[in-house]
Amino acid sequence: MNLSALAMQPEIFLAWTSIIKTLVIVFGIVLPIVSLTVFAERKVCAFIQDRVGPNRVGLPTTILGFKKDIRLLGLGQMIADPIKLLLKENFIPNSVNKFYYYIAPKLAMIPALLVLAVLPFGPNVFFGDIKVPLMVANVDIGILWVFAISSLGVYGIVLAGWASNSKYPFLGGIRSSSQMISYELALGLSVIPVFLIVGTLNMQEIVVWQRENGWMVAPFWPKGFSLEQLLHGDFAAIGASFAAGFSVQRLLIWVPMLISFIVFLIAMFAETNRVPFDLPEAEQELVGGYHTEYSSMGFALFFLGEYAAMAAGSGVIVTLFLGGWSLPFIPDGSATSFFGIPFIPAWGASLLWGLIGMTIFLAKIAAMLFLFIWVRWTLPRFRYDQLMKLGWYFFFELALVNIFITALILALVKF
Amino acid sequence: MLIDFLPILLHVVVAVGFATVVLVLNIALGRAGKRTKIKDTAYECGVIPEPGPQPRFSVKFYLVAMLFILFDIEVVFMYPWAVVYRDYIAQHGMLIFWSMLSFVIILLFGYAYAVKKGALEWGR
Repeated sequence: MNLSALAMQPEIFLAWTSIIKTLVIVFGIVLPIVSLTVFAERKVCAFIQDRVGPNRVGLPTTILGFKKDIRLLGLGQMIADPIKLLLKENFIPNSVNKFYYYIAPKLAMIPALLVLAVLPFGPNVFFGDIKVPLMVANVDIGILWVFAISSLGVYGIVLAGWASNSKYPFLGGIRSSSQMISYELALGLSVIPVFLIVGTLNMQEIVVWQRENGWMVAPFWPKGFSLEQLLHGDFAAIGASFAAGFSVQRLLIWVPMLISFIVFLIAMFAETNRVPFDLPEAEQELVGGYHTEYSSMGFALFFLGEYAAMAAGSGVIVTLFLGGWSLPFIPDGSATSFFGIPFIPAWGASLLWGLIGMTIFLAKIAAMLFLFIWVRWTLPRFRYDQLMKLGWYFFFELALVNIFITALILALVKF
Repeated sequence: MLIDFLPILLHVVVAVGFATVVLVLNIALGRAGKRTKIKDTAYECGVIPEPGPQPRFSVKFYLVAMLFILFDIEVVFMYPWAVVYRDYIAQHGMLIFWSMLSFVIILLFGYAYAVKKGALEWGR
């Protein structure tokens, strides 16, 4: 058997394509996004506070003998920062518990990257008969994997606080763990209405459902409405599809979906330790919180983990509520022509539409990340007892009631 | 069936490998400075830290953790229920709704007890 035939065997094909997808998603998409988010955070913060922000680091052309550096709006910062952190001294204080001190940053960072495995970055792409989904693992337990793995991030934080043998990290660690587990209830309960409606836990199928019925935050997409109807001026057909879209059932289901979206969004802020829930690392009272005793790459892995968790959380929100890679009128990977250009083969058109879907997904993630940053520099922080009260007394009950409201609407009104 | 999870295994290898490689690179490339006694002490805003036993957990954190486990199990039960809900309603009627509602009401008695006992009051 020759090599190409061996590569097309189902199991082996799955293995090498998923290696490529994993490497591209981790190193080609997510780490640059994280780096860019750190830069964007500083830049957006500067604009909110009426400053300029980092604007010096660009291409260092003075090394090559030029008079001036090229500044590029300070975008060089996103490469300079990781290099600086990599070259700093990795200092382990004598007083810490060495083993746990060493593995804690890894435990904080790895779960954030693992969540990405089930996020659909793009539609299924077809190479002839072979279907390749633009995601690492198209598994039926998608959302369960997200919750199971993202809650492991607590271990890194609580171990870092405990192993540092110092008071500020310790306080940060226990605060963080109890906050994260409290809000995880609201996080888990608030998305159940989505699965009640869709009836699957597979992330790709949830996006496909939203593509046909409208995004979860506004499920009003006209049934069977297409660009052809609009181009041909077929008003009767357009009216019929709009009438099918705007029904009483959909209006009724809209209310619990909005509640679900808002509770999930706020719980995601608490889960990623962002303002207004950033008590674990409240600078004014706890120095740096759980990472006070860390330097260089240990600190950088915590930092990276926080931003990667933000990116992954945005990805989950976009997938569940904001339509994932879908956008009205944009075809998915099953399309066989790309604007009717004749020399592009069917698989090429499929791949191009897949990449466009991926771009849409990343643009939606960028918008969500901007929201995270905007909120951070706008709102003050909660007091600790207020935060726990909000989670246990309000969001937990709201999410629970919301599930039964959705279930009742689905049972009594034909959807 | 199990082959579907092969990509996840590969992804785990990539993520763990990345974390390890970055830390090893840092140890190899990072400039090691001198170790001094002051540098070795825990950072507590310049105050010399008092040696002593590990700081203690407040019992409230334990309580929250235990309550979390109880209610998180409830969440786990709800996922399979949510997935089959619409099909079951269409075929067999409302039984599935009432059974989950009664399950949650029993749990809510426990929740009301915890609230009444002040297990979730942080001010006290």
